Amino acid sequence: MIRNFFKHLLESLKNLKRNGWMTVAAVSSVTITLVLVGLFLSVILNTSKISNGIENNVRIVAYMKLDVHDQETKIQDPKDNKKTINNPDHLKIYDSIKKVPNVKTVEFSSKEAQLKELTKALGNNWNLFKGDANPLYDAYIVEADKPANVKSVTSKISKLSGIEKATYGGANTAKLFQIAQGIRTWGTAAAALLIFVAIFLISNTIRITILSRQREIQIMRLVGAKNGYIRWPFFLEGAWVGLLGSIIPGLIVAWAYRLAFVSLTPSLQSQKLAMFAPKEFIPAIVGLMAVIGILIGSFGALLSMRRFLKI
Amino acid sequence: MSIIKLSNVSKKYSNGTTALRNISLEIEPGEFTYIVGPSGAGKSTFIKLLYRELKIDRGSGTVAQYDLSKLKRRDVPMLRRSVGVVFQDYKLLPKKTVFENISYAMEVIGKSPREIKKRVNEVLDLVGLKHKIRSFPNELSGGEQQRVAIARSIANAPKVLIADEPTGNLDPENSWEIMNLLEKINLQGTTILMATHNSQIVNTLKHRVIAIENGRIVRDQEEGVYGYDD
Repeated sequence: MIRNFFKHLLESLKNLKRNGWMTVAAVSSVTITLVLVGLFLSVILNTSKISNGIENNVRIVAYMKLDVHDQETKIQDPKDNKKTINNPDHLKIYDSIKKVPNVKTVEFSSKEAQLKELTKALGNNWNLFKGDANPLYDAYIVEADKPANVKSVTSKISKLSGIEKATYGGANTAKLFQIAQGIRTWGTAAAALLIFVAIFLISNTIRITILSRQREIQIMRLVGAKNGYIRWPFFLEGAWVGLLGSIIPGLIVAWAYRLAFVSLTPSLQSQKLAMFAPKEFIPAIVGLMAVIGILIGSFGALLSMRRFLKI
Repeated sequence: MSIIKLSNVSKKYSNGTTALRNISLEIEPGEFTYIVGPSGAGKSTFIKLLYRELKIDRGSGTVAQYDLSKLKRRDVPMLRRSVGVVFQDYKLLPKKTVFENISYAMEVIGKSPREIKKRVNEVLDLVGLKHKIRSFPNELSGGEQQRVAIARSIANAPKVLIADEPTGNLDPENSWEIMNLLEKINLQGTTILMATHNSQIVNTLKHRVIAIENGRIVRDQEEGVYGYDD
């Protein structure tokens, strides 16, 4: 068994060499196919991860009117500037938001805290707006229990008294989903077409091997070699073509992914989103591409054997 | 128990013409049988049925205990190991030496290198070509090439040896050498079935003769004669 395996392995390698340019053509077609498949897969997987992240991340921001002091227990007495009285409306808005169906959490975010965050993200120039110049609104940050409920919750909150405006990043998310869907559809179609071409080219390469070894095959059959024995070298040849074809795509995708990760991560991180970490993603995608390559190769070989190796 | 037994075997070609009609015969182990008949009479078809290169359409047949009509595709190799075949055009691999040509046939059915080496020497000894073990087929005469082909066909010790016009491409002297060899192999117990057009051989080296014409057996005689003018 083992002796046979090495013999077949050697034979398949010899065939690769014997077929010369046909092998090169088949390997190149696998290469092109896998580069595209690899890039599409990376983009598809990451966009769906990111859009999932966005979907689960959707926060409704309910801005309060400027004259509302929902968080303060004491306010200035409207009749006497120097006196303070207990705030009769304390947490009134908070409670009414809490009562909106499908609301999961409500969190206060003061305009000072928001300014700090902005300054951190966009630079110290925003320090100009410190103190009384702060143009922002106090807000409640609301999370809905399910992404599907975000829209209805937002519209209910915006109708509450004391709320200036309630928004969520709805438009952007929808657009991202659309783009991701487009990439998925067209990417898959292009990849399928290329896989088809690659299989065709491989099966042609294998066919040449089969024809060049016709006499040997005839004799093998005549003296009673089992069909499996006759098939193995061709099968392995196809697998080699697929495996060789996945080397360059593996390198390209690994390099491109690292590049993309480094350049996209800063802007994603500020929105609490992330791509897959290269350390885990690259080995997985490269391994997957090798497997796809080998599958394409063996399938091409199988196709040829069915048609030209009548056993 | 016959080693080859056919009853009412018919075979049609895909274009509809009938190649064989109602062939029935029995061949005992150790027999030497000639198959004669005009070209296109169905001799080659008959032979191809025996090693299951073609499938029987109607009727039934067994060769070395393998049922030809029930044999599954994946079991065909087992039948082939019991039946050695020799052709008019030798069918040697030109890029392999004499040794490799014979060892190849044993390798592909999984024999061990030690077994192969021993047996290749044995059969080359039998066909008298031990000194040509490292030669390539194109360095050999036609008769020598056919002897290598015979050595290959018996390397796996088949019960039956089928020879389709083994002397067809050879001069009389080489033809007789091949016949002597086949005779020798027959004496060692291998059943031999030989299709031939060589009247001199059939008439001199007397054995059972089966004549096929138009796809039918028209004559089957012990110690028979060739009986045609060509």
